[in-house]
Amino acid sequence: MSAGRTEPVAFVRRDMLAPAAPPPGQVGVIRWVRENLVSSWFNAILTALSLYAIWYVLSGVLPWTLNGVWNATSLNDCRAIRDARGLESAACWAVINERWLQILFGFYPTDDRLLATLFNAEALAAAGGADAVFNGGLNATQRVEFVSGMKNELSNGLIFLFGYWRPLMALALLVVAVAPILYSGLPRVMLWFSLAFPFVAFFLLWGGSVWLPILVALGLVATVLIGRAVGARFGMLGGTIAGLAAFLVIFMNPLSFLGVTGLFPLLPKVLSVMDSILPWGLTAIPSDQFGGFMLAIIIGTSGIVLSLPLGIVLALGRQSSMPLIKWVCVSFIEVIRGVPLIVWLFTASLLLNYFLPPGTTFDLLLRVIIMVTLFASAYLAEVVRGGLAALPNGQYEAANSLGLDYWKSMRLIILPQALKISIPGIVNTFIGLFKDTTLVVFIGLRDPLGLTNAIRATAEWNGIYWELYIFVGLLFFVFCFFMSRYSMYLEHRLRTDHR
Amino acid sequence: MAEATDPPRETFRLSQLLYDARYRSMTIQVVAAILIMLLLVELVDNTVTNLAALGKDIRFGFLWSTAGYDINQQLIPFTSQDTHARAALVGILNTLVVAALGCILATIIGVLAGVLRLSSNWIVAKIMTFYVEAMRNTPLLIWILIVFAVMTEATPQPREFREGGSASMILWDSVAISNRGVYIPRPIWAEGSGFVVAVFVLSVIGIFVLRHIARKRQQDTGQILPVFRLSLALFFVPTLLAYFLMGRPVTLETPELGGFNFAGGLQIRNSFIALWLALSLYTSAFIAEIVRSGILAISKGQTEAAFALGIQPNRTMQLIILPQALRVIIPPLISQYLNLTKNSSLAIAVGYMDVRSTLGGITINQTGRELEGMLLLGIFYLITSLIISAVMNLYNSSVKLKER
Repeated sequence: MSAGRTEPVAFVRRDMLAPAAPPPGQVGVIRWVRENLVSSWFNAILTALSLYAIWYVLSGVLPWTLNGVWNATSLNDCRAIRDARGLESAACWAVINERWLQILFGFYPTDDRLLATLFNAEALAAAGGADAVFNGGLNATQRVEFVSGMKNELSNGLIFLFGYWRPLMALALLVVAVAPILYSGLPRVMLWFSLAFPFVAFFLLWGGSVWLPILVALGLVATVLIGRAVGARFGMLGGTIAGLAAFLVIFMNPLSFLGVTGLFPLLPKVLSVMDSILPWGLTAIPSDQFGGFMLAIIIGTSGIVLSLPLGIVLALGRQSSMPLIKWVCVSFIEVIRGVPLIVWLFTASLLLNYFLPPGTTFDLLLRVIIMVTLFASAYLAEVVRGGLAALPNGQYEAANSLGLDYWKSMRLIILPQALKISIPGIVNTFIGLFKDTTLVVFIGLRDPLGLTNAIRATAEWNGIYWELYIFVGLLFFVFCFFMSRYSMYLEHRLRTDHR
Repeated sequence: MAEATDPPRETFRLSQLLYDARYRSMTIQVVAAILIMLLLVELVDNTVTNLAALGKDIRFGFLWSTAGYDINQQLIPFTSQDTHARAALVGILNTLVVAALGCILATIIGVLAGVLRLSSNWIVAKIMTFYVEAMRNTPLLIWILIVFAVMTEATPQPREFREGGSASMILWDSVAISNRGVYIPRPIWAEGSGFVVAVFVLSVIGIFVLRHIARKRQQDTGQILPVFRLSLALFFVPTLLAYFLMGRPVTLETPELGGFNFAGGLQIRNSFIALWLALSLYTSAFIAEIVRSGILAISKGQTEAAFALGIQPNRTMQLIILPQALRVIIPPLISQYLNLTKNSSLAIAVGYMDVRSTLGGITINQTGRELEGMLLLGIFYLITSLIISAVMNLYNSSVKLKER
């Protein structure tokens, strides 16, 4: 056919036509609306109903929120301002404006000396200098008067930054300490600081002698080093015994059953020596002055850090082939999980003294941290167990056939995979733990919700509810939301299967 | 050629207890057993010493002495002259009733929210995402307090319901929502109402029998009965017939405003409503996530395969998707029920008289028996949760994939 073809081709297209634009209903906003909002009559009704619901809620909430009164000294004041503006409803954000420091820190004392030195130098000089005011020159009443006079002059922001520098610095360092754990792009050297952080935070928050946390840290390091050195020479058993002995000598009195008391433990002896040579430290603040959102963060963070290793150990114990270990772990997990946290907290506050040696007193905050940790670790154990069970048996067998011992196979083969599978569950448990810190209000600790009651009990703010609850709720929301988003990010980053 | 020899005879050395994997587990268990024993002995010894120092002992006789306090919500009759044991029972019933109602409402809201979150409608999906995230990331205690504040602060006082007042009753003047609680009509059971109830129970049983027959018939003959319509008829018709035949024995007593408060009807206290609603809303967010992930876990190929076989959409849902999704959904759902039951102990925040407030609260305060009281309280919660876990395990084993 082509061979005998002689007449010229009439038209040959040399360049392509531009593609025609899609019909207007199939592009951009219109298409999106069609697909996502009105794809069927049922969807259209749903859209209309949702829009109405959103409008209904926002028309009530938005004016209330945006017209809120920010500057007032009491609820009645707020209402007067609202009426003067001719508004029907307005939030009284003034209570947050006035009391946010209290919700954040409870009755944790401010560093008045620093505040006075920085911002009230003249009055301080007039009163005879910082030492005179804060170290005995004035009696208690006069000092309280001086401090409250000074604080009335200062803005809340300044008090926040300088008066509460100790918890603030602890929080900032917490971020630094947690960063290398959360984000692997940071230099690994920072992990050493993460290890040291608990001691730094203890010193900043509780104060007292600087030597106590330093010596405790050194004692632990010495325990590990001695154990390792002996272990390298005499095997695992020798190392464990040596480490245990070092620990006992440093922190406890191993000879107490012989009635020998003067010799050990070493720690307090060194402590008193160091204190007499270099008496450095911060004002000691007892735990019963801790409160507010700070308390939630302290309990939450300690609980999270302590419960993860305990939970993993419990999960491994539950999988153990040794009947006794398995039985102990199962009953621990089931008993802890079967009873609500409130009952455990009441147990901690009412009954713990019965179980301890006579005469022991125990910090309530520490008891709560221990209880919350035990509670969360039982839940974590179940989550981790799920991860362990999800691994195919071949992984265990492969680890065994490589000749790895139990701990090595767990550490190198099993746990990295099992923990990766259980990340969502682990983070959910952490979020639950953090939210559950609000329950400590029932045993007399001043958590943020307890402080809202305290604020409402004052004459100025009697009868105010929503603003306080919203503020506290938002504080918790921000932290929990961050945690859940982080777990999504981690899941995504650790995903190694084929997509 | 090598001679076959016996393996070297094993001699037991003491170091094998530590270094031989066959014996090591024995060593570890013995050491653990000794340590646990020591710990238990120490705990018991401490407890005995401490109790003796306080002049106390462990006895449960206090349960049979007069309680001497009132409980404001009682499912069984209770006066302050009754025993502590009965007070505990009243508390247990209160806990169970709020937990059961909470589970029902949480399931309804949760399934709805979970399904709507998967909706192709963008706005609906976003609203549900917002709802779920707001609920899950805020402490339950705040929600309980907020709902309680709504019930006590934002609702009208009973006197507002008078003529010319600003509030009015809803649902044809039968329900009043006031700051003293919600008043709903109370059914009056006259003579002959037992018959109506019996008919109702029988027709509910009949529905189950009908479903069974329909399934069997379909498997045998392939014919499909209109089960839904028949069930609906069976649910209403016989009971209504019996009701009118017996001369309408069940009547409703609606609440009336008398004096400063409502009289008649049934008062549901605000503490109960706050706890119930907050528990349900909070748990429903978790249930929504469970439902969503359960539905997403079923691959799309299942639906497509069913359609390819010519199965109708609603029967696809019923026969193909739901049975598989439920296997994923039910176990975490039951553990949410367990959480809800335990969380009901937050009743303390609103003064609802659950078992923690009666047995674990007032009884302990009045008798000073904190050890015994907390022990009994713990045992109650433990038994409840063990029962729920047992149900879950039963279900798990019944739906487990039967392979190899």
